[in-house]
Amino acid sequence: MAKVVTAKKACVVNPLKMSQPIGGALAFMGLRGCMPLLHGSQGCTSFALVLFVRHFKEAIPLQTTAMSEVATVLGGYENVEQAVLNIIKRTKPEIIGICSTGVTETKGDDVDGYIRLIRQNHPELADFPMVYVSTPDFKDAFQDGWEKAVTRMVEELVKGPVNPARRDPTLVNVLPGSHLTPGDIEELRTIIEDFGLEPTFLPDLGGSLDGHIPVDFTPTTIGGVGVNEVAAMGHAGWTIAIGEQMRAAAVALENKAGVPFRLFERLCGLGPNDAFIAFLSEISGRPAPLKYRRQRGQLIDAMLDGHFHLGGRKLAIGAEPDLLYDVGSFLHEMGAHIEAAVTTTHSPVLENLATEEVLIGDLEDLETQARGKGCDLLVTHSHGRQAAERLKIPFHRLGIPMFDRLGAGHKLSVGYRGGRELIFAVANLLIAHREDNHQVAPDSFYDSRREWANDSGAAIATVQRH
Amino acid sequence: MTSLSATIKDVFNEPSCAKNATKSEAEKKKGCTKQLQPGGAAGGCAFDGAKIALQPFTDVAHLVHGPIACEGNSWDNRGAASSGSSLWRTSFTTDINETDVIFGGEKRLFKACKEIIEKYDPPAIFVYQTCVPAMIGDDIVAVCKAASAKFNKPVIPVNAPGFVGPKNLGNKLAGEALLDHVIGTVEPEYTTPYDINIIGEFNLSGELWQVKPLLDELGIRILSCISGDGRYNEVASAHRARASMMVCSKAMINVARKMEERYGIPFFEGSFYGIEDSSDSLREIARLLILRGAPEELMERVENVIAREEARAWAAIAAYKPRFKGKKVLLITGGVKSWSVVAALQEAGLELAGTSVKKSTREDKERIKELMGQDAHMIEDMTPREMYKMLKDARADIMLSGGRSQFVALKATMPWLDINQERHHAYMGYVGMVKLMAEIDRTLYNPVWEQVRQPAPWDRPGDSWQDRALAEIAEEEAEIAADPVRAEAARRAEKICLCKNVDLGAIEDAIREFGLTTVEGVKEKTNAAAGCGACAIKIEEIFEASDIVGLPTDAQTIAAE
Ligand code: SF4
Repeated sequence: MAKVVTAKKACVVNPLKMSQPIGGALAFMGLRGCMPLLHGSQGCTSFALVLFVRHFKEAIPLQTTAMSEVATVLGGYENVEQAVLNIIKRTKPEIIGICSTGVTETKGDDVDGYIRLIRQNHPELADFPMVYVSTPDFKDAFQDGWEKAVTRMVEELVKGPVNPARRDPTLVNVLPGSHLTPGDIEELRTIIEDFGLEPTFLPDLGGSLDGHIPVDFTPTTIGGVGVNEVAAMGHAGWTIAIGEQMRAAAVALENKAGVPFRLFERLCGLGPNDAFIAFLSEISGRPAPLKYRRQRGQLIDAMLDGHFHLGGRKLAIGAEPDLLYDVGSFLHEMGAHIEAAVTTTHSPVLENLATEEVLIGDLEDLETQARGKGCDLLVTHSHGRQAAERLKIPFHRLGIPMFDRLGAGHKLSVGYRGGRELIFAVANLLIAHREDNHQVAPDSFYDSRREWANDSGAAIATVQRH
Repeated sequence: MTSLSATIKDVFNEPSCAKNATKSEAEKKKGCTKQLQPGGAAGGCAFDGAKIALQPFTDVAHLVHGPIACEGNSWDNRGAASSGSSLWRTSFTTDINETDVIFGGEKRLFKACKEIIEKYDPPAIFVYQTCVPAMIGDDIVAVCKAASAKFNKPVIPVNAPGFVGPKNLGNKLAGEALLDHVIGTVEPEYTTPYDINIIGEFNLSGELWQVKPLLDELGIRILSCISGDGRYNEVASAHRARASMMVCSKAMINVARKMEERYGIPFFEGSFYGIEDSSDSLREIARLLILRGAPEELMERVENVIAREEARAWAAIAAYKPRFKGKKVLLITGGVKSWSVVAALQEAGLELAGTSVKKSTREDKERIKELMGQDAHMIEDMTPREMYKMLKDARADIMLSGGRSQFVALKATMPWLDINQERHHAYMGYVGMVKLMAEIDRTLYNPVWEQVRQPAPWDRPGDSWQDRALAEIAEEEAEIAADPVRAEAARRAEKICLCKNVDLGAIEDAIREFGLTTVEGVKEKTNAAAGCGACAIKIEEIFEASDIVGLPTDAQTIAAE
């Protein structure tokens, strides 16, 4: 049981956290033909664009209502209306997803009301899909924005209630948390399909931000889950929610269309995937395909090989709650000790992390704790690079943003294969670090001998040394 | 009027700003804040611009007062380089929460300053204002003043909340903060007749260091660089320099001009991109220093260095000329680099397929026109598909642009090189230009392009996505060409003014209807050129090229008689 504490500082130093609206915007990028729209000043959108482009190395669809100083005072109806009209004219989207920002929330813009008014004033838009989510910058974090956006998508887009008799048990809804990569989504799609089930992912970043070459250039998202497919999610036999953050959306889906759900807090590591495979077996009525029996064996093999390197490591890890819990727990299961854990926002899973304390804080906190506790493995997003350099310890990049390495969108942590890959990545990092920094030399053990000596009497050490 | 709006107004009255010179009084009052189009592409905000301009000061703590969005989503994302402190890369933000929004964030800001000083003890803190605290009325100027007094340390307010305007404005407001609170507050340890300021150079990828050795060799001292690899005490003593060089044509012209006004430091606008530009700049530095009393022999030494460096660079570049023969470059960039890079590319024998000058001022454009002659093909607002077609038609062999547009080129499997801020290579001075050529060569002749253009095993000939896209474009074009009504509609639909979204047709109609003869007239009737003003030149071209004859107005009829 971990104690969850919030850092008491007036000044955040080296933020771990990113803002809610862009978490919401990323969720909208998992819808097909979607144009996410931030209701706020242009700069917020510009920063978000740069961030996602650097992370995914893809063109990113994202628009702004371009609120000027005057508009923020007067209220943003006109800006939202104009933005919607312009986007429809220019990019012909299938849906527009709107997230508020700090600026428009401070004024208290009633965007739901604006949307009603837009529909009234432009009858041709009466049925045009628009989903709004309130995501003030000065509250919560990236993961919360994603959570709220997906919940709103369910509330707005899923048709219900559905007669249970018309439900198709081979259809499965999957609600992935923001901690899963497009690569994770693809892996899950394969696994679920291998059980003869047909998954619908909401959102589906696997289809949109997976780096495939588009057939033509479209300014909106390509791939992703279509509005019609979301509408039909009520017909599925089950919903699988991944990460505690997806509970709200799963509950909303159950309330709206009566689809029962099963929530997997984790999908990284052996135990969680055993549970997942067992569940798929159960709902599909099929035994686990041979492939997964082999993959399980490979994971176990990797765990055995990897534990030599990970066992006893003192881990400092900073990530959003679900990612922290998922990957942190797995590294703990591999023998690492979670000495320092920092996260961005509250979540019930934090208490279950195998460590003493989880701090809602920043990378300065993580760095300070890592130094104080002598950690020898740092795991966090790319912004941890400065801390790693100062601490001179191996650094594994995890989460968004990952702008200084390639393949962020394809990093795998789910499934038996995901665990295997993670172990190899971290263990190789540790091996390389040791080779670069800790080659054994004739005098390597003098220091430790001296340490022992210090305990019993410094004189001996000096004698031995000479 | 609040002090911020007064400052903004003052910045817009900047007489040295080429963009403003072309504006009427009424417009100047409205300012450069081009009305952004909701649902149009987003550029950086004023806060972004202010931070770009100041963050390269390496030993300063840069504290962003606002919710997590402004700093948390964007920190450590610029490639400026430091020869000393790395404090500038440490991110500080007040990350204000709901309670702060309700009760005000000033206390938190003050405490934040205190924490920073206790933990990091920097020579100064720069405090950046953002939108939300500006809305709720947090007075950062007052907080900074109180903190300065209490902690006996410069705490400098940078009042450029994002929503007051675009990046350019932020650059200038950052300059105002330096002028108001920093420059002239410290005396340099010593001065020499060879002390200069370099203004508007951010040392991206360490590019300044491609030039600095030459200055060192000549005994020219950079007293202060604003702001690349700069230190607080240097900029604070920048008022003792003998001359200034303005590197980025617009970013901080107010700083250069006001320093001339206040301290009598003459400045020139120059560039170290391109060989000739570099030589010109060195000469200009020498000229101004001599003017201010440096020994005349400086010029001779400068000429010797120029001769040596040019000979070396030309020899190195000559090696590329045969390889670049017949190769065309598509250059998409804005601002200073448009023209300076154009010059450089031409020096290496590359042809220009066209250049977009979306963010440039009219003056930049004219420079490009000069450089490229009448063939200059301005590409203002190419859609990705058009851009692809252009590349594909081999009208361009390589695209040079900023990081954000790279995916168009890469997905079109066409060579691409980053020349804006996210690039990893430095291209300044003589060395830099050779480096740029090496990079272009490396990119152009990489065998990977052959590889990635191979059809997939399942592709039938002529049925790859590239072929289909091209076929679609060709089909559309043919259809349009075959239909005079549509052809005319397409011609008229060309966007002339991007800020105000005015197309060619509307302008032609207005010219005809009102018998317009001037850009001013067109602006009045159509609102075109009422934004950033960069399209004025295109409107002039409409006048030049078109045979639209306005209905003679009464006045004209009378005059003709
Ligand atoms: S526009 Fe305003 S709120 Fe948005 S990033 Fe810029 S300063 Fe921050």
